[in-house]
Amino acid sequence: MSGQTVPVDYSGHMLDLDEDEDLEVFSKAPVADGNPMPNSPSSMVNQFRLEEDEPQDVNAKDLFITVDNPESHITAIETFIMYRVLTKTTRSEFDSSEYEVHRRYQDFLWLRSRLEETHPTLIVHPLPEKFVMKGMVERFNDDFIHTRRKALHRFLNKISEHPILSYNQHFKVFLTAEELTSHRKQGPGFLSRMGETVRAVANTVRGLKSRPEEFAAMQEYVDDFSNKICTVDKVTQRIIKEEREYLDELKQYGPMYGQWAESEGNLAEPLKAVASCVERCGKETEEHAHHLSEVLVPTLHEYILCAETLKAVMRRRDHIQAEFEAKNEALASRKSEQEALQEEVDGLSDRMEGSNEALKGDWFRWKAGMRTDLKSAFVSSAEKNVDYYEKCLAVWESFLLSQRAESSDQQDGEDVS
Amino acid sequence: MAEDGRDELLGTDGDSEPLVAGRSLRHKGVEQGCSLLRRMEICVAEAEKRSGRNTVNMQEIFTVYLIETRSMEAVSEGHNSAPDSLWRRYSEFELLRSYLIVTYPHVVVAPLPEKRAEFVWHKLSADNMDPDFVERRRVGLENFLVRVASHSVLSNDKILYHFLTEEHGWREVVYETGFQAKAESRLRALSATFRVRNTDKRFMDMKHYSDELQSHTSQLLRARARVADRLYGVFKVHGNYGRVFSEWSAIEKEMGDGLQSAGHHMDAYAASIDDILEEEEHYADQLKEYLSYAEALRAVCRKHELTQFELEMASQDLISKKQQREELATGIVRTFSFKGMTNKLFGQEAPEQREARLKLLEELIAEGEDTVKEKTVECQEHVERAWVDMQRFEEQKDKDLREALINYAVMQISMCKKGIQVWSNAKECFIKM
Repeated sequence: MSGQTVPVDYSGHMLDLDEDEDLEVFSKAPVADGNPMPNSPSSMVNQFRLEEDEPQDVNAKDLFITVDNPESHITAIETFIMYRVLTKTTRSEFDSSEYEVHRRYQDFLWLRSRLEETHPTLIVHPLPEKFVMKGMVERFNDDFIHTRRKALHRFLNKISEHPILSYNQHFKVFLTAEELTSHRKQGPGFLSRMGETVRAVANTVRGLKSRPEEFAAMQEYVDDFSNKICTVDKVTQRIIKEEREYLDELKQYGPMYGQWAESEGNLAEPLKAVASCVERCGKETEEHAHHLSEVLVPTLHEYILCAETLKAVMRRRDHIQAEFEAKNEALASRKSEQEALQEEVDGLSDRMEGSNEALKGDWFRWKAGMRTDLKSAFVSSAEKNVDYYEKCLAVWESFLLSQRAESSDQQDGEDVS
Repeated sequence: MAEDGRDELLGTDGDSEPLVAGRSLRHKGVEQGCSLLRRMEICVAEAEKRSGRNTVNMQEIFTVYLIETRSMEAVSEGHNSAPDSLWRRYSEFELLRSYLIVTYPHVVVAPLPEKRAEFVWHKLSADNMDPDFVERRRVGLENFLVRVASHSVLSNDKILYHFLTEEHGWREVVYETGFQAKAESRLRALSATFRVRNTDKRFMDMKHYSDELQSHTSQLLRARARVADRLYGVFKVHGNYGRVFSEWSAIEKEMGDGLQSAGHHMDAYAASIDDILEEEEHYADQLKEYLSYAEALRAVCRKHELTQFELEMASQDLISKKQQREELATGIVRTFSFKGMTNKLFGQEAPEQREARLKLLEELIAEGEDTVKEKTVECQEHVERAWVDMQRFEEQKDKDLREALINYAVMQISMCKKGIQVWSNAKECFIKM
């Protein structure tokens, strides 16, 4: 792709760096197929940009993951669900072309936090929430597991589609290792090493001089988007609620026609037919509400979580900038240790540049994905609505037809007066 | 001014009407030999508000309805002459109907539209002055007039004719018929409980049916109102999509246009429910008519019970009087009587007294026999005539309600078509996102 070759001694150097956790920031790119080895943020971004130039088509997808088969595991201490993660790939950095492993929710959490630590300003797709606040009776009721499984599946697929994250070492380990617990015990991550507690982040971010124009715009967008998507979600939930209440009334209303038919003679047939029509429309309503819950709501929900992720990414970016600015100021005021400080400042400056570039690149990617996902969900919902009305239309039209047939039968039988 | 479909139907022999659904008024149950409707075209054209003083001299606002009539010759000859018209208020219609049900107890008399808005779903106004309610009432009043004017028996009534043609002094004429006394006794009889020995089974079945009809239509009306309420909620919530899509479109570049226009369609969708449900009120009105008809039907059945009861009472009375005569004549007391007791205790009465009593009894018996004859005729006539009218009613009911159900289906279809339109448009907008 780029024509850059990897010098042999460089790769040896890379293996040493493997041990050094300070540099976990930079993910190890696959060596074998001649891709450039990223050991600095800018070259990493170069790789990313190169991939952007190529149109991503379906044929290029070389990593297929499914999450299924939730199974309950009961131990002395706890009960949890294990999910089966199946991977099929043609990527050469994978030893095999197929993998089957079992993972629990905690494992996914681990993976995601590793990804975020490794790439603090990339947009890592969110995971489904730990637990639902309201209305949860059992942690592991069927609906909950079903929804969670789908979301976990989405999560892994989103990662697999990401040009940088999909090559992350932890991701590979997650997909391939039989036993994850040994890998998980790799010490606290870079973020905690940097002492980045929430308070610390907040404190340093307050010291932020000014956000570059594009990131200020990004922040504003993220806040607005978050509001809007939350509202859309609320409206959708409300529609589902209203539809279900409408359905409850229909279920009482329809049978009344049938009951009435019992005391009627000639009128019994059309009354029963209407009862049947109402019942069928009720079924369609039920299906419609179900579709909204299955398709639109999960997508909206996902993007509500994305908005939160974006906010966190922006905070981290701000923090990186603030750290640089703080050190830079210190450099200006300190007389001694100039050289050492200068090196630190340069390092932080590079880090900041790299993070900003990474975010910018991933931002466009995320926006495009968001547009695709939401568009698809809305189109599907609109289609379902059309489908719903078409089915109900057919129900009532067949009723009319049956009545016209009835009336013409009757007319044939009557004397013309 | 004339409703569509009216002209074709007037003056027909009541042949099969096209099974076209629609909410315009149809001349239901146009009968052969319906003299009044053959002679004139009737409609309730307008409604107006008036103010005046009521019976307790308080200022009130009420609605009056314009009744227009035109002779059939004028219509068929294409004369463009202005129709005769007069104004009537709802209470006058009520008076007319009271008169008719008392005067023709064997007829299932068409009901008036409801006095107050009932079975209202929450957004619909329960206010009698609401223009939509007044409009539906106007249609209902016209329906009432057409039904009675096309009834083979009722259409010949002078009071009805007077109602349609003479605005002033009509009330007095009605009261002069003395029907009010009959009305009061009728009301008492309807609510009284009495045991009848021999009733016509057909009438008892019909009475049972009228109870069923009443129960089912009222249940259905209540449930329909609840469904309407819920459906209203579903549609209106979509208006929120309109608002949020519009706001959201402002922060998006590529997605903006698609979102914005989709939002407009959501607003249109939310707004469409108002007309849909207003339309459905006409279906509800058709059900309400038959809810009220059930009461009229029941009254006819009760009248049978009453006449039968009176006959039985009269027969019973005659029998006991005849027995008394026999006892007096033969001196043998078979039944307990106060006179018998006093006779035993204080001795028999004088022969002259006995003669007087016997004579009185004979007179009473003669009267009683006349009464029994009368009551027998009354009972029989009622049974014969009422049975005919109930058959007519049943046929009319089957036809009307079937048509109402078809109307309902047509409304549902129309709603579905609108839904398909809106959501197809919305889909196109989403695709452009």
